[in-house]
Amino acid sequence: MDFTSFLSYCLAGISVGSIYALIAIGYTMVYGILRLINFAHGDVFMMSAYFMIFAMGVMPWYLSMIVVIIATIVLGVLIEKAAYKPLRTAPRMSIMISAIGVSYFLQNFATYLFSALPKAYPSIPVLNKTIKFGEVSTSLVTFITPILTIIAVFILMFIIKKTKVGMAMRAVSKDFETAQLMGIKINDVISITFVIGCFLAALGSILYFTPRPSVYPLVGSLPGLKCFIAAVFGGIGSIPGAVVGGFLIGLSETFIKAAGYSEFSDVFTFIILVIVLMFRPTGLFGEKMSEKV
Amino acid sequence: MLKIENLHVHYGGIHALRGINMEVADGQIISLIGANGAGKSTTLKGIMSLVHKTDGHVEFNGTDITKFQTRDVVKQGIVLCPEGRRVFPDLTVEENLKMGAYLRKDKDGIAKDMKWVYELFPRMKEREWQLAGTLSGGEQQMLAVGRALMAKPELLMLDEPSLGLAPLIIKDIFAIIKEINNSGVNVLLIEQNAKAALEISHFAYVMETGVITMSGTGQELLNDDRVRSAYLGE
Repeated sequence: MDFTSFLSYCLAGISVGSIYALIAIGYTMVYGILRLINFAHGDVFMMSAYFMIFAMGVMPWYLSMIVVIIATIVLGVLIEKAAYKPLRTAPRMSIMISAIGVSYFLQNFATYLFSALPKAYPSIPVLNKTIKFGEVSTSLVTFITPILTIIAVFILMFIIKKTKVGMAMRAVSKDFETAQLMGIKINDVISITFVIGCFLAALGSILYFTPRPSVYPLVGSLPGLKCFIAAVFGGIGSIPGAVVGGFLIGLSETFIKAAGYSEFSDVFTFIILVIVLMFRPTGLFGEKMSEKV
Repeated sequence: MLKIENLHVHYGGIHALRGINMEVADGQIISLIGANGAGKSTTLKGIMSLVHKTDGHVEFNGTDITKFQTRDVVKQGIVLCPEGRRVFPDLTVEENLKMGAYLRKDKDGIAKDMKWVYELFPRMKEREWQLAGTLSGGEQQMLAVGRALMAKPELLMLDEPSLGLAPLIIKDIFAIIKEINNSGVNVLLIEQNAKAALEISHFAYVMETGVITMSGTGQELLNDDRVRSAYLGE
C-alpha cells in the first residue's frame, strides 16, 4: 500500500467512523438516561434515508435536509412516547423487548410502504463533487463528514457540560427520583435526549447515504448494530467513548476492507466487541457500575 | 401552613399509611419519629407526590396540593431533602446547588442564596469545584441540605439527616437545622435520633405502622414514659 492510498483509506475510515460516532451517541445518550439499549435507533436511521428520498422528490436538497431532520426527530419522539414511556416503571427487560419490537415494526412497516426492493438514494451534486489534496482525491461529503461530526460533538458537549438542560440531563441520568424533587420534568429531559439522538441520526443518515446508491428496509440494522458496538466499546453512557468507538470501528473496518478481506470486516467488528467485553466490561471510558442504594 | 388529613398510601400491595392527620404550624420545627417501616418516609413522599395517594387531602397555605405533580409541589415551596443524601455524584458541589434552584428564575436571589448556603456550610465553598461523589458522608449531607435550601423552601422536609454520621457532625447538623428555622423556614423532620430531634422540635408526632399514635410538644414527648422506653432507649 503506497502512502497516497494509505491517506485516502484513512480519510475514508475517519469519515465512516464519524458517521458511526454520530449514531453511537444516540445509543449512548438514551442508555445514559433510561438504561435502555434502543434497538430501534438503526431503523430510525433507515427511515431517515427514506424521508430524504421523498423530500428530494419535491424540494431542493437544502430544504430536504431540514425537513428530514425534523421528520426524524418527530419519529424518534413518537417512538419514545408510544413504546417506552408507558413502560417507565416496568422492569428494564420489558422496555428492551419493546425496543426490539419497534425495530422489527419499522423494518416491516418500511417494507410494507416502500417494498423490499432497493430504492435509489438521491444524489446531492454539491456533496458528491470530487476534491483533491495533492495526490489524494475524495468526494466532498467524505471530507466534510468528520468536520461536521466534530462540530456536532463539541456543541453537544457544551450543552451537556454548561447549560441548565445539560445539567438536568446529567442529574436525571443518575437519579430519577431526586431529579424530580428538584422540579425537573423527567419526561421532558427524556424527550430532549431523543431529539438530540435523532438529530444526530438524521445527520448521520444524510452523510452515510449520500455517497451510496440505494436504500432498503433492512439497511439500518447492520450499521445500527455496529454503532451499538462502538458505544459499548467506548463505554456505554459516555459520549466521548461513543465518538472514539465510532472512529476506531470505522478505521479498522476500512483497513480490513483495504487489505482485501471485505467479507471479514463485520466479523472483525464483532470480535472487537467480544474482546472488549472480556477484558473491560465497562468499555474504554465506561463508568464503574455502582449499585443504587 | 401544612395540613394533612386522613392520608392513605398503598405501596407495593402494602397499606403503608392508614389515615395520617398532621399539621405544621408557621415558624416551627415539627418532627416525626418512629421505628423503621412505620411510614415516615412514605408520608413525606406522599406530600411530594412521589408516591400515589389513595385517599386523603394535603393542604398547603390554603391550597389543596393533593393531586399536584412533584414539580408543582416544589413550586408551592415544599422541598424534600431525601433520605441517604442523594446528591448527584457526577455534578460538582456548585452544580448540585444550582440544581436545587432549578425552578427559580431570579438570578440575583439565587446568587444571594448560594452565598447564604456557603456561609452556613463553609466546607462547601472550599469544595465548590469538587464532584459531589468524592465528598465524605457528612459533607454530602450538608450539600443535600444546602441544595434543598437553594429551592427557597417555605417548608423544608428533612428525611433522616443524621443517618450514618459521626456524633460531632450530627451536632452540627442539628444546630444548622435550628438556624435554618430561625431564618424563617419551617422544618418537618424525620429522625431515628429521637432525642436530638425532640429537643429542637416545637411539636412532634410519633408514628407506628402507618398511623400516628401520639403527638405533643417536643418536651412533652421527651418526658413521656412510653416514648422514653420505645424510642429513647431508657
